[in-house]
Amino acid sequence: MARSQVSVVVTGLGASTPVGGDVASTWDSLLAGRSGARSLTEDWVTELDMPVRFGAPAAVDPAEVLPRVKARRLDRSAQFAVVAAQQAWADAGFEGKASDAGLDPDRVAVVCASGIGGLHTLLGNYDLLVQQGHRKVSPLAIPMLMPNSPAANVSLELQARAGAHAPVSACSSSAEALAYGLDMIRSGRADIVVAGGSEAVIHPLPIAAFGNMMALSKRNDEPERASRPFDRDRDGFVLGEGGALFVLESAEHAAARGARVYAELAGAGMSADAHHIAQSEPGGQGIIAATRKALTDADLGVEDVGHVNCHATSTPVGDAAESVALRKVFGDAVANIPVTAPKSMIGHLLGGAGAVEAMTTVLSLHHGLVPPTINVDNLDEEIELDVVRDAPRKLDDDRPAALNNAFGFGGHNVVLAFRRH
Amino acid sequence: MASTEEIRSGLAEIVNEITGVPADDVQLEKSFTDDLDIDSLSMIEVVVAAEEKFGVKIPEDEVKNLATVGDAVSYIEKGQA
Repeated sequence: MARSQVSVVVTGLGASTPVGGDVASTWDSLLAGRSGARSLTEDWVTELDMPVRFGAPAAVDPAEVLPRVKARRLDRSAQFAVVAAQQAWADAGFEGKASDAGLDPDRVAVVCASGIGGLHTLLGNYDLLVQQGHRKVSPLAIPMLMPNSPAANVSLELQARAGAHAPVSACSSSAEALAYGLDMIRSGRADIVVAGGSEAVIHPLPIAAFGNMMALSKRNDEPERASRPFDRDRDGFVLGEGGALFVLESAEHAAARGARVYAELAGAGMSADAHHIAQSEPGGQGIIAATRKALTDADLGVEDVGHVNCHATSTPVGDAAESVALRKVFGDAVANIPVTAPKSMIGHLLGGAGAVEAMTTVLSLHHGLVPPTINVDNLDEEIELDVVRDAPRKLDDDRPAALNNAFGFGGHNVVLAFRRH
Repeated sequence: MASTEEIRSGLAEIVNEITGVPADDVQLEKSFTDDLDIDSLSMIEVVVAAEEKFGVKIPEDEVKNLATVGDAVSYIEKGQA
């Protein structure tokens, strides 16, 4: 497939993560190798005798950032999305709503995903229903819990009228949102797409459920050391929360207004394993297919890739399958491709993970630096990759591209290809 | 039993909590929708909170008749009587 005529660039970034309330503090923490994981102190941890008693909560409570009345009308997942969207919008140089910023609202779209939706709203209102009766259920419960709520609220916030979409694919949701945004600009449906996603499910029900799936680390006594992608002793992921939003823009539109460009979103590849509803396919076939599609879509060869930001959640099977896939795609050259796993510090943001880690990938290209993967005390011998450890690694200048991987329960694989600008 | 002013100011606190409208703006002659810009969903929240605060029942069918703050205050006064 020939490269699309329309190229799409990243002109704004916003984020709220377990290691920082914005992009700059998140990036600084990642470079410094700081973990956002900690013991959870909510009453339910002890009341329910939870087997997993830690997670990676957001560094800054989004409800404290937003005006009080706005915050109470939004599920926490949408609070993250609105906060990150406001940051990204300002970072791209826009102020106020689309029309205030001199943009045509009919040319601005939103693609904002979450994997699970407004879980706190759903379960909180169920508690009210059972304990205090139907009259106490909020009339806003549905617009708050629907999975398109973050997208709809960002659209309201920015007056984006070209469309508001919410692709759902579990832990690859927000990466898929970026791929969808890329398509919208390439196909001429928008000039600007605010794209990404968020998640907020630090609640006993998902912790119990993920725990019963054997997906979570149980290293309760050492939360900061629990998320250890690629390490021999990894035992599951650490549940995080937060999200990131991008301002994607056609290169032409960005150039016309003299916008600062972080990187080009050069291509996307997606596939489905059709293997198992929750388990990784050990041969990594779906990952290989998605990676090759992304490279073709971006008009890149394997020799152009100088960095891969891995999905690596710290589960035994998943990390190994990703390593197998990378070896198959890149062959022996994989030894010279530095890879990293931000989940070692921020935990797994589920539907928000793809966008936050894509942001990390973009910043790596922009600054020429790859943050380390922490807690790799003993690199698993099955993981034959050049994992950046201990300190940030400088990227070489001859290879222009970096990939970001995001995979989700259900067998979803999304690979995004970014090119240095 | 609460006075008209006590009910008005109690209701104003609720309206402020739920919608952010300054409590001082919540005066008897003000229309919930036209003057205070309160949508129907927020209005339901206000009514449920008022039922609890003043110990009255405000049936759903009645809510549409409460156009102004004064309408709501007198409904609550009657309910308390």
